[in-house]
Amino acid sequence: MAFSSLTCLQQRLDAGETTAVALAQHYLDRIQKYNPGLNAFVDCNVPHVLAQAGASDAYRATHGARLLEGLPIAVKDIFCTSNGPTQCCSKILHNYHAPYDAHVITRLKEAGAVLVGKTNMDEFAMGSSTETSAFGTCRNPWNTATIPGGSSGGSAAAVAAALTPAAIGTDTGGSIRQPAALCGITGLKPTYGRVSRRGIIAFASSLDQAGPMTQTVRDAAMIGAVISGHDPADATSVADAPRVDWLGACESRDMTGLKIGRPREYFIDGMHDGVRASVDAALEQCRKLGAEIIDVSLPHTKYAVAAYYVIAPSEASANLSRYDAVRFGHRCDSPEDLLDMYTRSRDEGFGEEVKRRILTGAFALSSGYYDAYYLKAQQVRTLIRQDFEHAFEHVDVMATPTSPVPAFRIGEKTDDPLTMYLSDVFTIAVNLAGLPALSQPCGMADDLPVGLQWIAPAWQEGAVLSAAAAYEAATAWHRQHPALFTGDAA
Amino acid sequence: MSWEVVIGLEVHVQINSKTKAFCGCSTAFGAEPNSQTCPVCLGMPGQLPVLNHIAVDKTILTGLAINATINLESRFDRKNYFYPDLPKGYQITQFSVPLVDGGYLDIASNDGKKRIGITRIHMEEDAGKSMHEGLDAVSHIDLNRSGVPLMEVVSEPDMRSADEAIAYLKQLHQLIRFLDVSGGNMEKGQFRCDANVSVRQFGAPLGTRAELKNLNSFRFIKQGIEYEVIRQIELIEDGGTVVQETRLYDSVKGETRSMRSKEEAHDYRYFPEPDLPPLRISAEEVALIRAGMPELPPQLRQRFEEEYGLSAYDADVLTQTRDLATWYEQLVAAHPKDPKRCANWMANELLGRLNEQGQNISNAPIDAKTLAVLLDRIDDGTISGKIAKDVLDTMIKTGQSADQIIEEKGLKQVSDTGAIDALIKEIIEANPKQVEQYRGGRDKLFGFFVGQVMKATRGQANPSVVNTRLKALL
Repeated sequence: MAFSSLTCLQQRLDAGETTAVALAQHYLDRIQKYNPGLNAFVDCNVPHVLAQAGASDAYRATHGARLLEGLPIAVKDIFCTSNGPTQCCSKILHNYHAPYDAHVITRLKEAGAVLVGKTNMDEFAMGSSTETSAFGTCRNPWNTATIPGGSSGGSAAAVAAALTPAAIGTDTGGSIRQPAALCGITGLKPTYGRVSRRGIIAFASSLDQAGPMTQTVRDAAMIGAVISGHDPADATSVADAPRVDWLGACESRDMTGLKIGRPREYFIDGMHDGVRASVDAALEQCRKLGAEIIDVSLPHTKYAVAAYYVIAPSEASANLSRYDAVRFGHRCDSPEDLLDMYTRSRDEGFGEEVKRRILTGAFALSSGYYDAYYLKAQQVRTLIRQDFEHAFEHVDVMATPTSPVPAFRIGEKTDDPLTMYLSDVFTIAVNLAGLPALSQPCGMADDLPVGLQWIAPAWQEGAVLSAAAAYEAATAWHRQHPALFTGDAA
Repeated sequence: MSWEVVIGLEVHVQINSKTKAFCGCSTAFGAEPNSQTCPVCLGMPGQLPVLNHIAVDKTILTGLAINATINLESRFDRKNYFYPDLPKGYQITQFSVPLVDGGYLDIASNDGKKRIGITRIHMEEDAGKSMHEGLDAVSHIDLNRSGVPLMEVVSEPDMRSADEAIAYLKQLHQLIRFLDVSGGNMEKGQFRCDANVSVRQFGAPLGTRAELKNLNSFRFIKQGIEYEVIRQIELIEDGGTVVQETRLYDSVKGETRSMRSKEEAHDYRYFPEPDLPPLRISAEEVALIRAGMPELPPQLRQRFEEEYGLSAYDADVLTQTRDLATWYEQLVAAHPKDPKRCANWMANELLGRLNEQGQNISNAPIDAKTLAVLLDRIDDGTISGKIAKDVLDTMIKTGQSADQIIEEKGLKQVSDTGAIDALIKEIIEANPKQVEQYRGGRDKLFGFFVGQVMKATRGQANPSVVNTRLKALL
């Protein structure tokens, strides 16, 4: 049962073969057994989980099943929840209890999901390895000496090790897709504006987007259908977005007539040979399924990382100003005056990477530098968006590697932020353009999973789901699981 | 040397709206500290702003009233600075593209009518309040005001004296109340002014300016500017130079003093607010708002002078607020015979009495129809104008109608010729000496007889009947 998909668990619940309580207990046992070695969960309140599961079984008995009835789902520690702490894996939010649920959380609860806990992440989602977490590094279930990717590394590791059948992450520059790739699972970043950001602790407001991290493409679609949709309380959530046939898209089994773009800028020198080989093989598989592989160019790709590391820190520098020790969060002991309270509380509360980004952003926005950095980066962003628009005149979707390398060793890149930033070289442009993209497992390199990234035009989540579902049906990579965790807890 | 004063004003106007700029919290004044707050205006993690469109409409209305351009696409920006009463660590404002661009107000100045340019009006949110007084070593924060919608009206440096600045401010103050875009209550901070003041030799380029803050009444604005002008002139004449700085007006000492220099000025690191899409307004929406625009004070004044024959003074008094103008027109509608008399009675008698009692037209104890009945009673001879003033006193005190008071107090004018003739005969008999003198040619004594009749009737005799009958009988 450990590596069952949501789809499979739902069938078993519907058939009366198991209950929400039994499922919850099963995953709670696995969390208890395996989490100490992985550090994927940072909070799990057993009685609360079981209470939700009990309530779900009761609801099913009286009203029938809702869309995610009784299904355990973990959420990244970036989602505000009215139950338990929400800390964004930062000391500055030590023991912060939000008085409200994020919109995504409300949607999951209303669909009958059982929230199993909060998952580890890079502090304020700033990182690509989950090493900047105030709760310590999360480990990759495929090799616990390596990182799970980030920033949604806890969610990815928890799904990969089947401590939960599914999880929710957020993706600002690749934070769903890159850890999904490195942990061998499926991760979907929806179009910007598809999912409400209300109650998600903001990192970079114009880039942040929440999405599912799952065992299969269809599972991602099940959750996408629930968490997406207009929220009047988020002005960037789009009211009249084109609708998606989430589950229908996953019925796709062949790729006849599908035009897949292969952006040449995403197959670069320096990428891992095993990654290149896996992705090339995946594209060959797609050709066999009837797709046409078309060489395309996204010429401004090489500026994406630079533009991102101006825009995201700029927005973050303002978004993180509210952690001022006045109303909530960490406050230093006996401050001498206001300035001392601000500086010491923030110095003690924020980690190195967060400080680095706040400083970078404040610098980029400073009088005299704004035009050279922030404004220029926004212009680059427009060019990158136009690159995609032009390329999508010729192809339906694009396929690329998700990450240039498989999971790297813990500590390997922590002293070299620039190299760390390049982990997201293939995912960042998608956020800058606001497009939907999905990563799914497509091979192994050095005994570690490799991810295949699908990118579609804005609002065409259906296109990435169809392509990914057809590929998944023809391959078995999604059924490979880390050997350390294949035993049942009992 | 002769100096020219140059003044530009930035006015923060609190927009009339039941709810805040970006959340649904109440904007009511004077509530228990922090009782009108929610996660949005407290700046809690993950909370997002949603724009209040009533505030947008009122800003557009103001823009149309000053003949400005309404930008059909404007933008919100973040203004970053740390202060405990600014929960998010940034203020949402409009920096690069404001909703309203370029307009003007005409003011009366010594040289006649003068046009003061308005650079822009932008929308923003207010901050909370920090309280330090009476607290030992701690400060308290009240965030009820956090997120209250404001519009900032920025003028060109077009004013040349403190008096012109005051004239402009009063004009603007009247306008925003007329449009019902703001209560304009300065004590409640609904109308707050910062003044940029500089001096220069006539014809020279602009001098270095100081920005004056904490000017929270018209009097303090005038005093603050006048103090600052003298300070700058004396400084320059003594060989010094004015430095660009922010200066705080101290109303107790009547002086301005340096708050922060240009070097200490904040770098606000403005950038577009990513939580709010650009604000797009359609031309149709603007047209709709324009169609709902009330008649403005200058047009009303002109119309009152032309249509009702009012003096410039009366027209001005009766167009100070929309309530006054409405009340006056209701009075004229109920007493159409003599609009000038209506204006006299309203401006001189009614407003004077209300003022003495600390009341105003909007909470007056009588309505326009009630006052019209009083004027009717003068016209139909029931009471004299003099008695009518006494009746009005009672009306305001008790809220009773004129007829009720006249009836109860027996104030009805005596116009019955028979009764008056009888009285006159008594008076003639009682004053033979005066009668003789009058008949002998001392015309002045006529007034004596009128006075005697009035005395005998406690002022209630109809003066014209008295006149006619006295002449006949004497």
